[in-house]
Amino acid sequence: MDRPNGFKFVGTRPDRPDGMDKVTGRAKFGADATAPGMLHAAIVRSPHAHAKILKIDSTKAEAMKEVKAVVTRADFAEGLTGENWNILENVMAGDKALYDGHAVAAVAATTPLAARDAAKLIAVEYEVLPHVTDVDKAMAEGAPVIREGAADKSVPDGLHANVVRYHESGHGDVEAGFAEADLVVEESFKTEATHQGYIEPHACLGQLGSDGKGELWCCTQGHFIVQKTCAALIGIEASQLRVTASEIGGGFGGKTTVFIEPVALALSRKANRPVKLVMSRSEVFRATGPTSSTSMDVKIGMTRDGTITAGEGVFRLQGGAFPGAPADLTAMCAFAPYALKNVKQTGYDVMSNRPKQAAYRAPGSPMAAFAVESVIDELCKKLDLDPVEVRLKNASKEGTKSSFGPRFDRIGLVETLEAAKAHPHYSAPLEPGQGRGLSCGFWFNHGGETSVSLSLSEDGTVALSVGTPDIGGSRASMCLMVAEELGIPYENVRTTIADTATLGYNDVSHGSRVTYASGLAAIKAARDVVNKLCARAANKWGIDKEAVIWEDGCAKPAGPNAGDFEPLPLARIARTMGRTGGPISGHFEATPEGAGMSFATHIVDAEVDGETGQTKVTRYTVVQDAGKAIHPSYVEGQFQGGAAQGIGWALNEEYIYGEDGRLQNAVFLDYRIPVASDLPMIDTVIVEVPNPGHPYGVRGVGETSICPPLAAIANAVSDAAGVRLTELPMSPPRILDALERQAHG
Amino acid sequence: MQYHTPGSFEDAIAIASFAEGVTRFLAGGTDVLVQLRADIVTPDNLIDVKHIDGVTKIEREDSGWRIGIAVSGAEMSEHPDLHNEWPGIVEAMDLVGSTQIQGRATLTGNLCNGSPAADSVPAMIAAGVSVSVAGPNGTRKVAVEDIPVAPGRTSLEKGELISAVHIPARGSDGADAYLRFIPRTEMDIAVVGCGVNLRRDGKTITEARVSLGAVAPTALLVEEAAEAIIGTALDDAALETLAAAASAACNPIDDKRGTIKFRKHVAGVLARRTAKIAYERAGASI
Repeated sequence: MDRPNGFKFVGTRPDRPDGMDKVTGRAKFGADATAPGMLHAAIVRSPHAHAKILKIDSTKAEAMKEVKAVVTRADFAEGLTGENWNILENVMAGDKALYDGHAVAAVAATTPLAARDAAKLIAVEYEVLPHVTDVDKAMAEGAPVIREGAADKSVPDGLHANVVRYHESGHGDVEAGFAEADLVVEESFKTEATHQGYIEPHACLGQLGSDGKGELWCCTQGHFIVQKTCAALIGIEASQLRVTASEIGGGFGGKTTVFIEPVALALSRKANRPVKLVMSRSEVFRATGPTSSTSMDVKIGMTRDGTITAGEGVFRLQGGAFPGAPADLTAMCAFAPYALKNVKQTGYDVMSNRPKQAAYRAPGSPMAAFAVESVIDELCKKLDLDPVEVRLKNASKEGTKSSFGPRFDRIGLVETLEAAKAHPHYSAPLEPGQGRGLSCGFWFNHGGETSVSLSLSEDGTVALSVGTPDIGGSRASMCLMVAEELGIPYENVRTTIADTATLGYNDVSHGSRVTYASGLAAIKAARDVVNKLCARAANKWGIDKEAVIWEDGCAKPAGPNAGDFEPLPLARIARTMGRTGGPISGHFEATPEGAGMSFATHIVDAEVDGETGQTKVTRYTVVQDAGKAIHPSYVEGQFQGGAAQGIGWALNEEYIYGEDGRLQNAVFLDYRIPVASDLPMIDTVIVEVPNPGHPYGVRGVGETSICPPLAAIANAVSDAAGVRLTELPMSPPRILDALERQAHG
Repeated sequence: MQYHTPGSFEDAIAIASFAEGVTRFLAGGTDVLVQLRADIVTPDNLIDVKHIDGVTKIEREDSGWRIGIAVSGAEMSEHPDLHNEWPGIVEAMDLVGSTQIQGRATLTGNLCNGSPAADSVPAMIAAGVSVSVAGPNGTRKVAVEDIPVAPGRTSLEKGELISAVHIPARGSDGADAYLRFIPRTEMDIAVVGCGVNLRRDGKTITEARVSLGAVAPTALLVEEAAEAIIGTALDDAALETLAAAASAACNPIDDKRGTIKFRKHVAGVLARRTAKIAYERAGASI
């Protein structure tokens, strides 16, 4: 911490700079991009879960006068390997369609309707193959193989070819630990895949000439990765493709890769015209990444006084038709909140005939917490122990050897538990029929490649360019941090998301990294500017640069010995900078590695209608360590957003596949995200245990908020219903079945 | 696709009678336009009925009500007297969609879309609502329960369309109610729907009609359920018989929205709850 004492701007709640554009409709989202001569594209998708593509006949489509180009896999790069091959295979199927909704061809035409009609005229001949969509079935003997040879060396012999990655970690001796326990509880859990559910479908406008030079406008969480990936997939040089990120209507991890962007570029190259491609909601559900579905076994031993003696978990994640389900992260997060002598976790990454999973807010962690925290809740109930006290007793703290290996730096789990315990919610009486649940959650947080640039205008305002799309109010946070460093009003700073040609490389807006990493870089760039401003003042005053300090937005002599000069405000220095040494700007590039790990504790009250199985969440409190809340309203917004998405995941959201392997509910009517009236007001408590890796102590907050909800809600529902719910979503029929099983012993 | 805007029912009938291919009538469009955009139905002829005289009026008729075929849900909800007399019908219609949808969606459209889960249909059946069906051979009156024949299909013949909805006179000591089960609190589609309309004499129920939606290919008028409560003061035994009759009448499917077992069970639960509301609205207490 550079600033142990008060902040002037940090911690205040000014209006977000992008707010006016968004409420007036002036903001440009992905589908708002247009270009002269633009064509519209449509994608042909497989109706089969698993099928060999025998023939694609586009003769009829190409005969339409409105049609200007048709592309198939042959129009993309060859010879790719590793994840680029996987992404290309997902963007446009090769020999096989691997899931319902897999793209097999695309067409560009002069109008959207003509493109749709043309797509219907492209005849694809399939040989339908056996399919599998359930994780347990996909790794069982006899399951259809999605792709032979997809497994890496981590997978032990004897497992099904659909198991493509294997993870094992932990320490101590779990069997010895279980032997020390007074009670051991072992339970199996399942969770269904859920979609990030961002309100803005993927959209882009691509333009690529035969000279290999191109432009792309798209809605994404990371335009630099889009640039790199698209260049590889269509076989051009990265720097020849300039990518600009639009405003983004939600991403939650799902917009950290490419789906339609390379297709628009390939069509554009063939048609020699700009091509716009906008997904429908049904395409978003069928063909973009939901999270993994899981099957998990967790076993925990506890003594009568609440000490956990051992924890063991097996986590099987289905990640669609490609390797990449975050089974390792699930395993590593599972027991992270607890200081355990004996712990062992195993993860299986399993392929199935579903869309390629994509990151969704703390990928893998919410499911792990659901399983582990449910078992801890059961142990507390059976041993008649207070759930907060038990968690406090076992909580990880600074110096604890984590369940996944390294020792924790300064972390704030204990502080969130203490705050939860002290919160009126925790001791409030429950109405009849209600239950209360509690859960902790953990996420690593991430640093990542970061470049920013800060330039002064002659009028004393400043422009900050960052390369991380603003997915949660980060422009407001950046402006606050720069205002803090420079000592100028928040309104005098404008933050822009710069395109790929304007800044150095930036990692995606993921891993809750933006306020941490871009924020750290913005602070350092501002300090770079301050150095230059001080040098100009020193020069003017004819004193040493070291004798000038920056305070309250002005250069001042460091003390009486430095001389007696009037403070020079930023605006005064800026006004004459052209004559005093040239334009002033600051920049910073790094891959910061001090993203502070983050913990949260959630308290939930729920009411279950015993006759219909319907659940109502009646009260919800999020307590989370933010390190330092730069803009508290957006920190609270992240807390609430994670809880809201968690409520959907826990109660009603799910991917429903038919016997035919087709997705049954690819619309918001039947994919049931919560509506506003489904949610209680979500109360928030910001705990601030400063992260030593950030100048102001910031920890990312975007992801940890979705780690505890599944478990906290399941614990509340189980408490209210009087029966343990082990499968998500806890939909009304599932709750009624559990009540019935309970009634019949 | 041909888009037509007839100014009279005669013109609408003439266009529909001679139309070739797939014909759809367009009132609010909240089903037709969605189906069009989702490639479920691409009509060859789209006949917009909103320009016909009188279709947006709610009028008194024989002490009951005549509802024009383009009257929106919002207009029904905001009508000063309709809700007092028939809260079940009005609330059922009000459950359809969002505020925006309510500005467009109509009772007639909800009926003619033929969805077994249409919210207003069980409420209308329970209330004894009928419709005028106009066609090349004149106009006939048909009970609402006789309009849907299968999911997405109605008994209307080529060239026919509904020209008005007739809600009977409320009369004294009677009331209706409608409840549906959805996993969320709004913006969803009924997994089970139940309409109950009854009249009492003192504490005793003298007339009743019970209708269930989303539990069979079409909304059901369940006479056994009505008989279970007629002649009773809606005591626990009557409620149990009602629930059992409602569950027994169900012929649902397993689908993404609910299982057979769940739908049967919840039909009984809703029948009980809906009957209680109607009974209390009719001025009785249990």
